[in-house]
Formats: sequence, structure tokens, C-alpha cells
Amino acid sequence: MSKITFILNGKTVSVEGNPGVRLLDVLRNEFKLTGIKEGCGEGECGACAVLLDHKIVNSCSVVLANVDGHEITTIEGLKETSRYQVIRDSFGHAGAVQCGFCTPGMVIATESLLYDNPTPTEEDIKIGMSGNLCRCTGYQSIIEAVKKASEDGDGLW
Amino acid sequence: MADISKSIEKVDLYEKTSGEAKYVSDFSYDDMLYARTLRSTVAKAKIKGIRFPNLPEDVHIVDYKDIPGKNVVKIIFDDQEIFPTEVVTYIGQPILLVVGKNKELLEEIIHNTIVDYELMTPIFDWVSSAVHYHFQKGKPEEAFQKATKIIEYVYDTSYQEQAYIEPQGFIGTYEEGKVTLIGSIQCPYYVKNALLQALDSKGDEVRVIQATVGGAFGGKEEFPSLMACQLAVALKKIKKPIKMIYEREEDMISTTKRHPSKSKMSAAIGENGEILAIKSNIGIDGGANIGLSGVVLSRAMIATTGAYTIENIDSSGDVFLTNTVPNGAFRGFGAPQMLFAIDLFIEHIAKDLGIDPLEYRLKYLAKQGDPTSTNGLFRDPIIMPEMIKKALEISKFKEKAKIFSRPNVSKGIGMSWFLHGCGFTGSGESTHINALVKLHKTKEENVEILIAAVDMGQGVRTTMRKLVASLLEIPIEKVIYDLPDTDKVPDSGPTVASRTMMIVGGLVARCAKKMKDSWIPGEMLLEERYLQPSYIKWDEATMTGDAYPAYSWGVNVVEVSVDKTTYEVSVNEIWSVYDLGKAIDERIVIGQADGGIVQGVAYGYLEVMNHSNGKLLQKNFTDYIIPTSMDAPKMTTVIMDNPYPLGPYGAKGVGELTLVGGAPAVAKAIEMAIGKKVFSIPVTPEKIMELMKHE
Repeated sequence: MSKITFILNGKTVSVEGNPGVRLLDVLRNEFKLTGIKEGCGEGECGACAVLLDHKIVNSCSVVLANVDGHEITTIEGLKETSRYQVIRDSFGHAGAVQCGFCTPGMVIATESLLYDNPTPTEEDIKIGMSGNLCRCTGYQSIIEAVKKASEDGDGLW
Repeated sequence: MADISKSIEKVDLYEKTSGEAKYVSDFSYDDMLYARTLRSTVAKAKIKGIRFPNLPEDVHIVDYKDIPGKNVVKIIFDDQEIFPTEVVTYIGQPILLVVGKNKELLEEIIHNTIVDYELMTPIFDWVSSAVHYHFQKGKPEEAFQKATKIIEYVYDTSYQEQAYIEPQGFIGTYEEGKVTLIGSIQCPYYVKNALLQALDSKGDEVRVIQATVGGAFGGKEEFPSLMACQLAVALKKIKKPIKMIYEREEDMISTTKRHPSKSKMSAAIGENGEILAIKSNIGIDGGANIGLSGVVLSRAMIATTGAYTIENIDSSGDVFLTNTVPNGAFRGFGAPQMLFAIDLFIEHIAKDLGIDPLEYRLKYLAKQGDPTSTNGLFRDPIIMPEMIKKALEISKFKEKAKIFSRPNVSKGIGMSWFLHGCGFTGSGESTHINALVKLHKTKEENVEILIAAVDMGQGVRTTMRKLVASLLEIPIEKVIYDLPDTDKVPDSGPTVASRTMMIVGGLVARCAKKMKDSWIPGEMLLEERYLQPSYIKWDEATMTGDAYPAYSWGVNVVEVSVDKTTYEVSVNEIWSVYDLGKAIDERIVIGQADGGIVQGVAYGYLEVMNHSNGKLLQKNFTDYIIPTSMDAPKMTTVIMDNPYPLGPYGAKGVGELTLVGGAPAVAKAIEMAIGKKVFSIPVTPEKIMELMKHE
């Protein structure tokens, strides 16, 4: 047992427990942040993506100990921002949301990509989103959505 | 009124992007237990005994002995047990559930449980036919006798995994004698009916509620009934809330997939190179039990001549049982296998005869008034010539084909033509489903759509509300359509077979028109039941007549590059033209089109799944490769209106149509790029290398 302290969606939190547990389980079970989805449990699908110090990570592949002293943002935190609103609207406009199970992860991936590179090329977008699987859309609409978010959110990132 | 096709914002956009939408794994209850599954590790064996480690008092074992009703998963045939009584028939088959509070402990118990098997001889070859169908049109025997030449080829297709991103799952409660399940499902009433039989319960003792569904593609059609029956048996025994969510790996090794198939095609060719008759024989691997395989087989066989009219046909097929994971519903439902075979076959015949395939195919393209493969009638206008013209134009097919056909270019372009029968095959809609829909106007003047149709991403929550709002001329906010709950909605049938907008939406539209005509302030409740149009005749025994009330049509063009050294295939661009009657929302239809074609093309060249002695060799996203954004080609889709009189605003089926033409189009493109005929999908680099060896 140990105490892990980190910033979760802007607030400092502490968790007492096994430092080897998956961040995904801590966020979903302890903090009830169920916007984070488990699609594969092995870091392939990106449905459980969160931001660790503004970089996208799969929370199924991060153990609790690794976030000690770091900053975690989940979809629940991101959705309070104006950047999220731009991403949401651009996803809606492009028709990039179908079943929605990959969507929170896609939104996180978009934020991570635009934070690093506010004006990505199409190739940059394809690479930036390649860690997140979607079985519904065939990706074209998602790529368009990211492009549109980058344009509409000019100055936000 | 504005054109109905004009897109509106999806009603679930906000809840899905913000992570607020509740999928089954997001539900939980106080005092909730978890269920994990002990699975067979052998392909066929008698279970002699099961040795458990020491079990804590609060850990429960649930097996066949706990089933109050019949130990059968109600699908079509009584050939699938809920829990095996004695014999296991495939690797991954659930044997029993271990239920308790602590998931890790349950895993440990399963790990330390030893099943004593008495091994039996499994069957993996396709020798044991469980379903055999045969039909004829015209006089195929005579045609084959008259033939001056007979051309024969065999086409085979492999597994495809639905790979919905949300794994299968249920959560359930037991309160005052009532079992309630919330699940990731396509067919609330399939699940409910299966539970009634398993639990030996009366109608009001079982309730099934749909959670937001994270993708399904057919994979959540019949499979969830098995899982639901097991969980319900546990609920009835333990009487506490239980959650049962599959891990990706157990989902992939144990749930239904697209049937591998082998189609033997032969054509009787006349003296002028004309096709006198086509004979097809298709075998599909049903896996360890029949499930829906017979229905899949019939859809495959009916697609025997695809988008073409051939005068004489002999079509036969079998479902073979093997000791492998049972196969089942997957977007397209048998049609993708046969459409791959027939569209390649016609192309191959033309090539063998030295005739331009495009010209040759046009000669046989089905027209309005033609008899269908089963001697039904193509009653409605067929606008394929215009669609093909459009596809040729936007893809620059002819110009590219000319360049790509030269040696060493290593590029190819392929075009598929196809149709998809909308709704259940044959008399299914009237005899098996008999859909009922209701519209309820509340005191507050809101209109509730009461149907069992599930939104699994295809957008039906938006399109149904839009449909009703448009017909009643009220704002969409005044139309309510909650996730189906069998305690509240009638059985409007399963969310399958591209039937939801055309059939269920058709009934909803009729109901809405009645409501509008008889509109009074305050509460109103109207209902509408499916009635087969009287001119639709189908004879199940001989498989003749109108197999479907209507057909959607499509053209796909795919351009590929094939690496000269590695034989790796890249899809450069895709163009599609569809006749789906009328789009109820254009953006939603384009979404179906994009996702469908990418899944269909990937079936043709990318997605590899196979088994070795009954053991699947791919069991997660690391080794079962589906397209990522890096594989995403540019796609252009054109929708051409051709309203169907009985569909709402003229709408026909969409969901499956967009997948079924993908594999033949990409296979033909690869053929052009490598200059060899292709007979087997997926066309992997290994297969291309094999083909290239035979110079």
C-alpha cells in the first residue's frame, strides 16, 4: 500500500492503494470517470486514452505509481474547456461520431495532437490519430473533424 | 418542407463526445458481483469432472444444473446449450460461470480449476452438412448440355471478426422475482425470448433494456442471447446484481464471426460466348452449432448471380458443422461471400473469353422487370446504368484501367456491382417477426416512438425522430425515442438485415400519418403492424419467388498500389455510388457508406483470421489487424435518389449494402495490379507471393 498523489482534471487527489493497479481502473472505479472506455485492455485501441501532462496515453497501460506527481486530464475534465467545444462541434459537423465508444478517446487524441501541433497536415493527423481504433467511420470523417477543429480553433491551441 | 435528406445534428452527439453516454460497462450497483467464464480448452471432449480449488463461501459456481428452464439458447434450432451438460464442442466454449465480489480472485479460481476431459475426435473438415438447400431457375441442366464450353472456378473467403470496439456485456438484477438485464445488444426481444425459455418464466418476469451500444455489425445479434441466458441463470440463483463484461480476448475467441466459405462456380457458355447458365455450390463453416447459419446460407445462395440476370441457375449450398467457434451474423449476412465469388467469376469468364469485362458485365446487368435469381420480380426501377456511368466518371476508371493494365505499373483499379435485399429473407418479416410499432402522444404533446430498434451507431435515434418530427410537422425536441426497454416498447423486430428504416421506419411513418390525420389535443396511442404486400410471394421449400420486398444497389470502385518487393497492398482511393431509395439524413448515410466500405475492403485484403485445429490464431487487436487512420483512403460517395414506394420518404436499406461490394472491388484492383487472377480473400502479401510464383 502506498499513497499516490496527482492532479486529476485540475484538482489534487490522493489514492491509497496498490501502486501497480491500472490507471484505467482507478479512474473508472474510484473516481467514477466512466467516459474513459476499455476496448482492449492492452494498449491497442485507444478507447481508454487520457492526457498525462498533456500527452496522450492509454490508461490501461499505465500503472498508478507512474502518475505520482503528474497531471491527468480525462474527457470529463476536457469537456469543460472551450477547446473541447470546438472539437465536439467539428466532430458533429464531419459526422465523426457513430457508436461513440471510441469517441472520448478520439477527442483526447485530437486535443493532444493540436496541443503539440495546432496546424497539422493530413498526414500529421493520420499519424496522430493512428493509436485510436474506430470500426464505424472508416476514419475519413474523423480526419476531417480534426482538420476542422484546427481551423475553427485557430488561436486556442 | 426542407428535403428530408438534409442533415441535422445527431441527437446523441453531445453525450457521446463528452463521455456521458452510458454503455453497459458504465453501470454499477451497490453490492454488485462479477461473473467470469470457465472455458473449454479442447475442441471436443466429454467432461468427466471439474476440480475446483478451495472456494470461499461467497464465490458461486453456476452451471447447467442451475438452469430452471430448457438448457437451450433459443435461436432457430435447439442445438446450442446454455451450459454444456456433458460434451464441449469448441475451444472457448463457456462451461460455467464463477461469480463473486473480487474479479482478480475469480480469475485465480478459474486459473486453478482443472477440467478432466475425455477427448473425442473433433471435425475440422467440411464434411458434416447440417443444412442443405437447393434451388433452380429455368432449365440449367439443358443449358449445360447445350454448352460449347464450361468455365469453372472456386472462390474462397476467410473469417472476419466484427471487432466492435466495445466488447460484449450485460449487467443484471433480480428483484421480487423479476430478472432485468441491461446489455450491449441489437435485438432486445431475441434476448427476452431466450430468457423466458431458459428461466421458464412468464412474460412479465423478464425485462431487457438496451444500453448505448458501442458497435455491433451483426456480432450483437444472436450471440448475446447465450451470454444473457447464462447471466440470468446466475441472477436467479444468487439474487444479487451481477456484471458480466467480456475481455477483448475472450470476446474474440468465443463470439460469432463471418463464416469462411468456398464457392464452386461453373458457367455454361454458348457458341457466341454468352452465359447460358450458372451453377453455384457454396459451403459455409457454421462452427459448432447451426445458430443463424441456415439463414446466412440462404442469403448467400439468393445472391448467386449478384447484380446480374442469368436465365438458368442451379444453386446449392451447405452449412457444415465443425468443432470451431460458432459463426453467425455479420453485416452482409452471407452476401459478401457470394458477391465476391460471382462478381469475380463474371469478370474471369470475360477475361477467359477475351471480351472486355466491363462490356460483358453490362450485357447481364439486371433490369427492371427481370426475374430475380429465385424467379421473383425486380418490380422497381433499377438505375444501375446511370450509377455505373457516374462511378466511371468520378473515378476515371477507364483511363486508369488502361494505364494500370500495362506491365510493371503495380497499380490497379477494380469495380464491383451489387445489390442487397432489404429486410428479412423470404417470408421472415410476416411469419417470424410480425413487427409491431406504436406512437404515443403524451398529455404534454410530446410524441414517443415505441419500437425495439437499437441505435448501435448507425444513427437511428436521430433518423427516427427526424422522420416523425417531419411527418407530424413538430420540432424534433417534441419527439422522444429512448433506448428500448421490453417493458415499454412492443416487439418491432431485431435491428438487423438493413430493415430498420425501411420496415420499422415504414411502419412508424404510417403510424405518424394516421396520428396526423386524427390529431386531437391530449393523449393518443396508435399502432401499426407489418403486413406483407400481397404481391410478394415466397415459397420457402423450393426457394422461389420474391426473396425480398425491395433491393438497394451499389457500385464500388477501389484503386490500389501493390509494392513490388513486399507485395503489400495500399488502398489509394475509393468511389461509391448507391441507390438506397432516399437518404433520411445524408451525413448519417455517408457515415454508413464510409464505415461499410472500409470494413468491406479490409475483408478483401487486410483482415486475417484463421484457426489451427480449432484454436483461433488471432485473439486481440495486436494480431487481428483492422484498418487504422493510417490505412484510411480518400472516399467519395454519391447517393442517387430512387424512392421506394413503401419506404418512408422512399428509403430502402443502407447498413449492409455499403459493405458487400468492398471485397470484390479491391480483389479486382489487386488482380489488375499483379496481372493474376485472384480466387481467395483476404488477398494478403503471402497470397500474392504465391500467385506471383506461378509465372
